[in-house]
Amino acid sequence: MATFKFELVSPAKLLFSGDVEEVIVPGTEGEFTVLAGHTPLVSTLRPGFLRLKNGTDSMNVFVRSGFAEVNETGLIVLAEEAARIEDINPAEFAASITALEEKMSSATDEAKNKMADTIYQLKAIQTQLAGGAASTH
Amino acid sequence: MASLKDLRNRIASVKATQKITKAMQMVAAAKLRRAQMAAEAARPYAERMDAILANIANKVAGQPGAPALLGGTGKDDVHMLLVCTAERGLCGAFNSSIARLARDRANALIAAGKTVKIICVGRKGYDILRRIFAKQIVEVIDLRGVRQLGYDNAAEIAQKIVARYEAGEFDVCTLFYSRFKSVISQIPTAQQIIPPQLPETSSEAKAGTNTPVYEYEPSEEEILADLLPRNLATQVFRALLENAASEQGARMSAMDNATRNAGDMIKKQTITYNRTRQAMITKELIEIISGAEAL
Repeated sequence: MATFKFELVSPAKLLFSGDVEEVIVPGTEGEFTVLAGHTPLVSTLRPGFLRLKNGTDSMNVFVRSGFAEVNETGLIVLAEEAARIEDINPAEFAASITALEEKMSSATDEAKNKMADTIYQLKAIQTQLAGGAASTH
Repeated sequence: MASLKDLRNRIASVKATQKITKAMQMVAAAKLRRAQMAAEAARPYAERMDAILANIANKVAGQPGAPALLGGTGKDDVHMLLVCTAERGLCGAFNSSIARLARDRANALIAAGKTVKIICVGRKGYDILRRIFAKQIVEVIDLRGVRQLGYDNAAEIAQKIVARYEAGEFDVCTLFYSRFKSVISQIPTAQQIIPPQLPETSSEAKAGTNTPVYEYEPSEEEILADLLPRNLATQVFRALLENAASEQGARMSAMDNATRNAGDMIKKQTITYNRTRQAMITKELIEIISGAEAL
């Protein structure tokens, strides 16, 4: 299968750079799969799992908001926060949700809705992580 | 003339100081390596961010619906200076050179009849600037409690700036920090972040021959509204990291100088000490001999 160049960067570091066959990206308006030769696209991300496949290899990466850009050379994902599933610490993850919930109580209405969405998605991810469901994909 | 005991004490105190500066230099060297690595690791993100932003911005720029964060308010009356300095001193001219750059800019703007507002990030810059611009400083952001500088710190600062911008408090925002060139050279830099200065597109790209047509999900405006504050945070983050590396570099060379100076001083004082000691011995001998001759 044809491959394309994929880069995953977070502010802290360059997490992944290389050729892959397929990447499933959690876009704000739904997940989409990027294959080689995808039409140029810019999308925002929601919290979720980025799944990349290369032959028999596959990797799951948690991303928390950011951008994905597909251009003629490949796919670039700019994630505000990104971590491989193995590296996620459940306690820290829970703490980040609690912190967000605290912030929400003092936010304005519009921001509140947005944050409520994020918290809902994060909690869904948390249960997935706990059940180990994400790693079986 | 100082007594022998005084001289001995003085030499001992310089030696103690030298030990401290030597230790500080080594600590700075170790921290510098870490700061430099962090700055380098953050570079790809900022570069890709620039590329994507330039791409979208070129499409939306000039259109009436462009967000204010991108196109500016159309005025140039109130300037916000975001001055990033260190939390600690003892790092040579690092803090004062950033503050001087900001001060010169502020004075020039005031002379041109503009209103100036200042946000200080870091205590040292505030200490210097508050003497002259006590009225202009609107906020001081303290990062003293932060052990490891993270993206979250930058995002928080960016959020505050965006909130002020949306409240119509200023028209143009400029970021002051020190760019890390090498251990011995840090360049104080002023960078305009609102409205952002985008890289010039080539005429070929402008003509639309080479730029692919992008699909946007959600719409361009919504993406831009999300992207612009994030870009701001990225710029602040980059400035903070560059600053951290510069600070350690400046401290390292300052402490290296101090250690060398202390060495010179010890050498000079040891000579004085020995001379005084010998003079005293000679004096005592003369006293004994002349006493014996008088008999």
